[in-house]
Amino acid sequence: MKLMWFHLMPYTELPADFNQKHPSVWVDIHSSLFDPRRAHHMYNDFMDELEYAAELGYDAVCVNEHHSNGYGLMPSPNLIAASLARRTTDTALCVMGNSLALYNPPTRVAEEFAMIDCISGGRLIAGFPVGSPMDTCYAYGQNPSLLRERYLEAHDLVKKAWTEKDTFAFNGRFNQQRYVNIWPRPIQNEPHPPIWIPGGGSVETWRWCAEMDYVYCYLSYYGYKAGLATMQGFWNEMEKLGKDRNPYRAGFLQFVGVAESRQQALDLYTEPAEYFYGRCLHIDPRFATPPGYVTEATQRSGIQGMMQKAANVASPATKAALKATNMKDIVDGGYVLIGSPDDVVEQIRHVGTSLNVGHLMLLLQYGNMSKDTTKYNTRLFAEKVMPKVKDLFGDWEDKWWPKPMARSQRAAVPAFRPQTVAAE
Amino acid sequence: MSAPVTTTVDVNGHACRVWTKGQGPKLGFLAGLGGLPRWLPFLDRLAETHQVIVPSLPGYPGATGHTELDSHLDWVLAVRQLIDKAGLAGADLVGASVGGAFAAEMAAIFPGHVRRLALIGPFGLFDGAEPAADPWAQRKEAVPGLMCADGEKWTELMAPPEGVNSLEWPIEMTRAAEAAARAFWPLGNTGLEKRLGLIAAPTLILWGERDAVLPPSYARKFAAGISGGINGKSRVEIVAGAGHLAYLDRPDAVAGAVLGHFG
Repeated sequence: MKLMWFHLMPYTELPADFNQKHPSVWVDIHSSLFDPRRAHHMYNDFMDELEYAAELGYDAVCVNEHHSNGYGLMPSPNLIAASLARRTTDTALCVMGNSLALYNPPTRVAEEFAMIDCISGGRLIAGFPVGSPMDTCYAYGQNPSLLRERYLEAHDLVKKAWTEKDTFAFNGRFNQQRYVNIWPRPIQNEPHPPIWIPGGGSVETWRWCAEMDYVYCYLSYYGYKAGLATMQGFWNEMEKLGKDRNPYRAGFLQFVGVAESRQQALDLYTEPAEYFYGRCLHIDPRFATPPGYVTEATQRSGIQGMMQKAANVASPATKAALKATNMKDIVDGGYVLIGSPDDVVEQIRHVGTSLNVGHLMLLLQYGNMSKDTTKYNTRLFAEKVMPKVKDLFGDWEDKWWPKPMARSQRAAVPAFRPQTVAAE
Repeated sequence: MSAPVTTTVDVNGHACRVWTKGQGPKLGFLAGLGGLPRWLPFLDRLAETHQVIVPSLPGYPGATGHTELDSHLDWVLAVRQLIDKAGLAGADLVGASVGGAFAAEMAAIFPGHVRRLALIGPFGLFDGAEPAADPWAQRKEAVPGLMCADGEKWTELMAPPEGVNSLEWPIEMTRAAEAAARAFWPLGNTGLEKRLGLIAAPTLILWGERDAVLPPSYARKFAAGISGGINGKSRVEIVAGAGHLAYLDRPDAVAGAVLGHFG
């Protein structure tokens, strides 16, 4: 099993009365809440944490893209990935990912991902999300009725830009370019860097991933219990399509808090978890369902998207019923796995096998968790949990993992030596 | 209220419903946000003296095909086909809200197609100093009051009729919202301002006094655009007590004003 360390980069200092005074953590969150001087420290802490996870032997570090978002400070995950490419050596870099329809022209994604792949010596995992309604339709003004068509076309363009050897003209419905010929080109060129698709629970996405032979990732904040039905649906569909049950076809996101004992875990992780599920998911429902974002086929299937669910949780009408913003419910619901190392080992093995997921993306920093606590969580997991779960799925080959250059052929990156004391 | 005659016409390979009722000179109506899930008292009033012809725009109730339309030009040409095939070329035309923007385009780009024009709170412009509300970013409970001065009127329009497929009905209503969004996302600004001066048809601009989507002051911008043009004559009337979909709030007053303009 692959254990991947994921950072959302949440703003850690939203006020205690945030939910009472502000309608939404996303789209129209007020600028007065953002202190750039504090964000300087947050970014640097977060990047330290990602580098620390790489040092401790996690298989990958993961970053993602959000816009106008108080719990996701990475409008450009590529900037962070470029830095990580220099400050890590063997860890895969999972950019999860670039919302293709937001880039004009989309060849920008082909270029930047190729840069990251070249700088890192071929360690890139290329994630292509459609993107949430809040990011794409509201913060970035994209037309919800055209978003998926644009996304699919951008995907075709990026893939062709990576694989076509000669300059070509792209005559798309939305994109026309006379001369497509990206420089640089990715190191992983047989045929291109691994493509992973974070998606909701739509049958269309599952089929597309199967057809394209991409990894499907269900990045839910609501943990393995809520994710079980979706992943079962995914595997049923794979069976129908005649695909094997290779667990590396799938990725899944899970929050974890490990400590010496269950009580100590509760003491350490209650505040950051409640900060995340309370303040960070305080999303105004008016930004949840732009018309056309959810396809008619998905409407008919009755599947509710994760963001829609989050927004419904944030609406006063359903919030009282769900109450999943206090630690007991968060833990009972399986949103966050907590406990002693042995407790967590048992739960992770259960998550892996019950969902049949080979790529487990771990959120070991969430909400306002401090750097010290994050490093503690990260280290304890690496030392006491990881060795006891790594063997899972050992019989399967991960065909969707980066294939970097041999270590001996890669550039030696000199250790960073600060010339002056960092400004404080 | 008796039922209209229902026919369909083909636009880009998709069927679009056309409702017809009444005798007299032809009068076309292009509906606003939400389209026409049902026939309206407003249309009955017009049908007392006119042959009222009501084509559904692609994606609105009774019609599909919005997913074929990628650009504003695609939309304008689809509406032109609809007008032609519904037999409305050269007739008087009423357009409201999103339908109002297309009615104005028809009069501007195809002047022979529109004899006289009535616009009811039309989309098409955006003024940063007086921003229009975002009809696609609303909490569910806020929508009725945004659409009509009396929110109950919107709720009645959207309510599933007896015997209708309860799974498909909400999908159709969402499709109408998607069709509007497809043409007008994100601000409702289609650049119509540049073309208002091409409108030669005498134009009545009606605006709900309590329009919560598009500020009534936009009426003056339309009037100025039309009157400053090649041959434009326009007149503004504010409809007291009416919201964005004024024809739902005050059907008699709006129909009376339209009929007054069309003689």
